[in-house]
Amino acid sequence: MQLVLEKRAERSTTIALISPLIAIGLTIVTLCVVFAVLGKNPIAALAVYFIDPLTDGYSLQEIAVKATPLVMIAIGLSLCYLANAWNIGAEGQFLIGAVAGSWLAVKTQGTDAGNWVLPAMLALGAVAGALYALIPAICKVRFGASEILTSLMLVYVADLLLDYLVRGPWRDPQGFNFPTTAEFDPVATVPTLIEGGRLHLGSIIALFVVAAGAVLLGRTIKGFEIRVVGAAPRAARFGGFNANQLVLLTFAISGALAGLAGIIEVAGPVGHLQPGISPGYGFTAIIVAFLGRLNPIGILIAGLFLALTFIGGEQAQIAMKIPLDVTKVFQGILLFYVLACDSLILYRFRLISTSPKVQSGAH
Amino acid sequence: MKRTLLAAAAVLLAGCINSGGACAADKLKVGFIYLGPVGDLGWTYQHELARQALVKEVGDKIETTFLENVPEGPDAERAIEQLVRAGNKLIFTTSFGYMDPTLKVAKKYPNVHFEHCSGYKRDKNMSTYSARWYQGRYIQGQIAAKMSKAGVLGYIGSFPIPEVVSGINATMLGAQTVNPNIKVKIIWVNSWFDPGKEADAAKALLDQGADLIMQHTDSPAAMQVSGERGKLAFGQDSEMIKFGPKAQLTSILDTWAPYYIERVKAELAGTWKSEDTWGGLESKMFEMAPYTNMPDDVKKMAEDTQAAIAAGKLHPFKCPVVAQDGKEVECKGGDHLEDTQILGMNFYIKGIDDKIPGK
Repeated sequence: MQLVLEKRAERSTTIALISPLIAIGLTIVTLCVVFAVLGKNPIAALAVYFIDPLTDGYSLQEIAVKATPLVMIAIGLSLCYLANAWNIGAEGQFLIGAVAGSWLAVKTQGTDAGNWVLPAMLALGAVAGALYALIPAICKVRFGASEILTSLMLVYVADLLLDYLVRGPWRDPQGFNFPTTAEFDPVATVPTLIEGGRLHLGSIIALFVVAAGAVLLGRTIKGFEIRVVGAAPRAARFGGFNANQLVLLTFAISGALAGLAGIIEVAGPVGHLQPGISPGYGFTAIIVAFLGRLNPIGILIAGLFLALTFIGGEQAQIAMKIPLDVTKVFQGILLFYVLACDSLILYRFRLISTSPKVQSGAH
Repeated sequence: MKRTLLAAAAVLLAGCINSGGACAADKLKVGFIYLGPVGDLGWTYQHELARQALVKEVGDKIETTFLENVPEGPDAERAIEQLVRAGNKLIFTTSFGYMDPTLKVAKKYPNVHFEHCSGYKRDKNMSTYSARWYQGRYIQGQIAAKMSKAGVLGYIGSFPIPEVVSGINATMLGAQTVNPNIKVKIIWVNSWFDPGKEADAAKALLDQGADLIMQHTDSPAAMQVSGERGKLAFGQDSEMIKFGPKAQLTSILDTWAPYYIERVKAELAGTWKSEDTWGGLESKMFEMAPYTNMPDDVKKMAEDTQAAIAAGKLHPFKCPVVAQDGKEVECKGGDHLEDTQILGMNFYIKGIDDKIPGK
């Protein structure tokens, strides 16, 4: 007897939509077991994780701050993934966007440059992110290089470039050699929305990005092309859609959004350029994109949900002394269940009997 | 009557819940922000040991909480603020990179007191504290020069900030008193805690001819590598002898407990005020692990130097200090460099054949 995965003949849309919910449900059940093993009350722990952060304005703001880069990057990635273009290097595009925008902030530091600085920084960040993403896209289109590898490798290039800049030319002269630029001037800083809070203009921009993504995918020909190229490449060819052009386009959009997220993060919550500005947003956004079903609204919800797990994890450490590792285990389990549930939508298990002959043939 | 009591109890209980979790209305809440995991066996572990000692000492009057693995970026500000919002009145932020986030939160909550480790920015409600580890490094330099057969020391640096640069200089000043021709090879791993990189750096240094490893990073990885290769090494932050029983010469032990207990007692007594504490061997802000794996005469020399520094008779940066370019450094502290010159140290002394990254 042998257990095999077999492709299902038809896919159920309902199941596809509720699959992430099943995954979240399974994660929570597993989490309860983990809590119980740790000797914590599972119900109380779940409340600290998922309910408490939603009950006061401060935590809600923090969730939005944390979700902002995740959602912006994930929207761009979803376009790529829908078009069957695998951009794994959003982290690098995020960093390059941050670097490019920071260049202007550093150059205008201490001058009486006007209010044009911040918009110009954001534009620079987006353009730089797009150009950086076009490198693997062009390599794929022109030379057939695997964009998965090239985009991933460029992450480390971006990381080291940032590292070099803040250790060398852009280092804060008053910063005691610590690898960071000086704090950006007010005109180079993303304004906060609520006095005393950390919620900033970037969150509004992220909402615009979600809306734009929804319109692009749902209401435009380009969006239709993207979806067809990914779902049915042959049909797309018959339809005369240019798959290569779409690879370039989706990579550029996704790079621009990651770059924009990068400069917003640096000019917003961080306030200066330093290494470690991203705790892996570009990679976490991949989880967000898939958890959100590559759908803009889904991504918004998924981004907020993942941000909630970060904030809740911190509160669980404070209130219940639950180690941080549990939060990491939790995020890992979640991704595992999402992928598992997805596989079960597309495939099903079947037991088939195999003859000894076939088995020996495997040698 | 019974009912009123019950109602009163309920009200009390509700009050406790609103004030955040367990009913600890009278207990002072003390929070800690840790850079690494509590199990890093180095920097964070020592802060955690001190927290545990603190709880042992005044645990009946305080309640402590820590957040571990908090990156030195935008997340730090939120983590610190979370502790404030959970009712912590005294918060220790235990890494240099938390300086600006701590300051931001301190400005926002003037009634909460903050203690930032190893930084230079202070405020009315924000103290700083650190240890004069360079004293220990001077002793290590002397031991190293005695023990190294090749006359080449391997040094694993984290970030080229003044604390680390002054540590390298102090090591070399100590080493030069024993062997004026001593050499040092330095590798920067750009991290405080990265066992993989630290081990690679140790291997590379040994391959390049160094026969003794010193580190300014937090994991025992380099100690393990040295032990495996039959070479000698110095521990960092904590006792690392079990990672290299035949390798460890000594280790600089961060002993924060006395300071934490003192500051918490001050807070409890209402006498806490913003201060800048930079303690050395004389105040037991750090200690040297037992001198092991060395002959008695070297051990004697180390102990004598330690006693002289603790008694204030010997200053590692006694004038004249000659910089790499051959120029004598201005002697602002009488017969030794002034504290500000050490805290902002951004040059190598003569005898170091290398250059500070990015300079």
